[in-house]
Amino acid sequence: MATLTLPVEEKKKGTEQEALITGAEAIAIACKLANVDVVTAYPIRPYDTVMQYISQLVADGEMDCEYIVAEGEHSQFEIVKHASVCGARVFCGSSGVGWMYAMEALTVTPALRIPLIAMVGNRALDDPGAFGVEHNDALAVRDLGWMLTWVDSAQEALDTALIAYRVAEDRRMFVPLAISCDGAFLTHSQALVKIPTAEQVKKFLPAYNRGDLLLHPDNVISVAPQVNEDWVMEIRRQNFAVTEIACDVIREVYAEFEKTFGRKYGNPFFEEYMTEDAEVVLLGMGTLSTPVKVAIRKMREQGKKVGFVRLRWFRPFAGKEIGKCLERFKAIGVLDRDFSFGSPDLSGVVATEVRSAMYSNSKTRPPVIGFIGGLGGREVTVPDVESMTDIVFQAAQGKAQPLTQWIGLRG
Amino acid sequence: MGQLFAVEVIYRGVFQKTLAKNITRDIVLAAHNEGKLGISFGRYGDAPERNGIPAKSFAIVANDELTLEAGMAQYEPKQVDLTLVLDDTLCKGGESWAWYGLQPVHHALKPGHTLIVISLEDAPTLLKSIHRREEPYKLGIMKGITSFSGMWVFKDDHTDVRVLGAIAKALPEVFSLKSVEQFINEKLKSAAKVTSARNAFERFTTVPVKAGQGNPEVPFAFEKPGWEDMRSAVSIKGQPQGGPYPDPATGKVGGFRPARNELFKKYSTRTLRPVINFSTCTKCTLCWLNCPDASFDVTPEGTYDANLEACCGCGVCEEVCPVKDCVHMVNESEFHDNKSQWEAFRNDKDAYLKWLESTIEKAEPIEKRSHGFRYRGQYAEQVPEALEIAKKG
Repeated sequence: MATLTLPVEEKKKGTEQEALITGAEAIAIACKLANVDVVTAYPIRPYDTVMQYISQLVADGEMDCEYIVAEGEHSQFEIVKHASVCGARVFCGSSGVGWMYAMEALTVTPALRIPLIAMVGNRALDDPGAFGVEHNDALAVRDLGWMLTWVDSAQEALDTALIAYRVAEDRRMFVPLAISCDGAFLTHSQALVKIPTAEQVKKFLPAYNRGDLLLHPDNVISVAPQVNEDWVMEIRRQNFAVTEIACDVIREVYAEFEKTFGRKYGNPFFEEYMTEDAEVVLLGMGTLSTPVKVAIRKMREQGKKVGFVRLRWFRPFAGKEIGKCLERFKAIGVLDRDFSFGSPDLSGVVATEVRSAMYSNSKTRPPVIGFIGGLGGREVTVPDVESMTDIVFQAAQGKAQPLTQWIGLRG
Repeated sequence: MGQLFAVEVIYRGVFQKTLAKNITRDIVLAAHNEGKLGISFGRYGDAPERNGIPAKSFAIVANDELTLEAGMAQYEPKQVDLTLVLDDTLCKGGESWAWYGLQPVHHALKPGHTLIVISLEDAPTLLKSIHRREEPYKLGIMKGITSFSGMWVFKDDHTDVRVLGAIAKALPEVFSLKSVEQFINEKLKSAAKVTSARNAFERFTTVPVKAGQGNPEVPFAFEKPGWEDMRSAVSIKGQPQGGPYPDPATGKVGGFRPARNELFKKYSTRTLRPVINFSTCTKCTLCWLNCPDASFDVTPEGTYDANLEACCGCGVCEEVCPVKDCVHMVNESEFHDNKSQWEAFRNDKDAYLKWLESTIEKAEPIEKRSHGFRYRGQYAEQVPEALEIAKKG
């Protein structure tokens, strides 16, 4: 059996370690560093790698937590919900149809103000049964009050997990947060990751304090009563208040992260790559950033002024910043690793959101071409990116283009 | 805008749900015979209509489609042309889980309009329970027992058609007796029912209720908080523990009265209440242990006093009490306040025991009674009686 490459910072206190680990392992280590109290698990690929890593950390005596294997995803998310109300820092996660099986539990966590951190190992929804990445699983909760973020490297996965706890457990927030990691491309591939020390993390991440919302004999409250039509709007408005300030809280926490760990992410909401002088840009989420960046460098050599915007936070959707960022380009191509059948322009989810954000926040109206590709784990190739870019350039030159196009599809 | 009429039917869920639904449907269909349009609906927010919960059904009738639409553009009518109460114990007001506070039965009745109550009591007795209001109105009593007509195992007692006859008299603008008869002939196909409706029409009278006449109690009410004032996370602050309280006779503090939710009292669900003989109580604790709503106060003497602002009237206390002649369930119509029985007992023992004796005389023995009824078999027994009343008045 292959041995896990686990960090040994306990043995070398005070120094950052480097390890060759997967995205899932990076999140497991973040859970250990965050001293998570309750972890629930139920296997489904590719999420299950994270539960394997955490169970090994527990077995090795490196991590002390309640590790509960539930009988299904619904219970998995219910257990952490209850533990969180009782003051425990919690972690769980799932993939694809497992995430969908937990849907009832997922819907109640935002209203109950549960700062649950979940990893979604993105996976195509059945049918057909498939293991590969697609973003529709995590996106299914996009309207329900969850925060949703996509990462594209193991390092970012670890850092974002730490950031996630600080954001979600902020008293102004108290809402669940899912970190999406592309199945296989990130969950299963190992990269060199800098692992901060426990002391650094302790400094960055205060203890979870549920305050007056703690379910405890000393703080007698009743949680989640049945109500009728006279109370629901006020409860929804309370959750809306969270979304109103979410971007500000995230900005604060990234600034704190940079101060504590020294790693800079710049704009928390999206990463811009070679956009300074770009005429057109592509926009997308997750690990497709790798072939896109490679293709962009290649096209730059050919004199094509193209850049890339990688969206990190989908919820909250930083509409103002994104609208402002994109208004300076002549055309935009949005690559969705998802679909939204029957949506306006029959686009993917992200393209629809981008158009909507630009409508209210951009001074210009450049064409936004939606691309659907990489579904079910299909590779998004460098030539794919080049052909998408050509289409976006044509749109920029005023040549009418279909608003949604499928890329990498066998004809 | 044409003419718009609204009728509110207040009933006990779940026993009278079908009856209330039938009545509001019948109103619409009878009015339709005159070319009017209408809708009939129940207030969904009252559901789940558990045992005895006050609930509402409505009929809205209009002369034309646009007027009807205007009437439909609200969840429930804010003003009604007629209110019908299907159980006279509801005259004390109702609080379903969707209404917030005690709602007087005439809360939506337009000034000068008619409140119909099905009852065997007379107007002065009912007005001991019906709250005062500033605007005068008319009270019409349709003689009859509390009907469960239309419910699964219960026989039809003509309550629905008698109500239609009374409405034709009280609110002739909605429909005439002729339309009611046409409706019954065509849809219900019963000559006996036509007679019942006609008799009800002929006998129905009202008494004027003046401004300020009625039960002086101010119904408890509260404002619903805004979203910023509400606790977050769909959570409710628990009640504090409660504590001892004084004996009114000696001033000695003792016992235990649990703190209770001041905003949700639930007692209007009650059709029976426990009457307790504190002189026979052996302090065995069984009523207190078994009460599903923790509605018993432990008195400073160690006996158990059913707190009538908390009691739903389920009767479990009577069932579990091992003492003969200690707890008796008595129909709610015998009472006009929720004052502590134990305090009355402590203030004047002899007077209390005398009152107790005369009150429990009216209680049917437990073995004959079933919940929601005054006694088991009452309904089957009284249906012929009800039909007789319908015929003779």
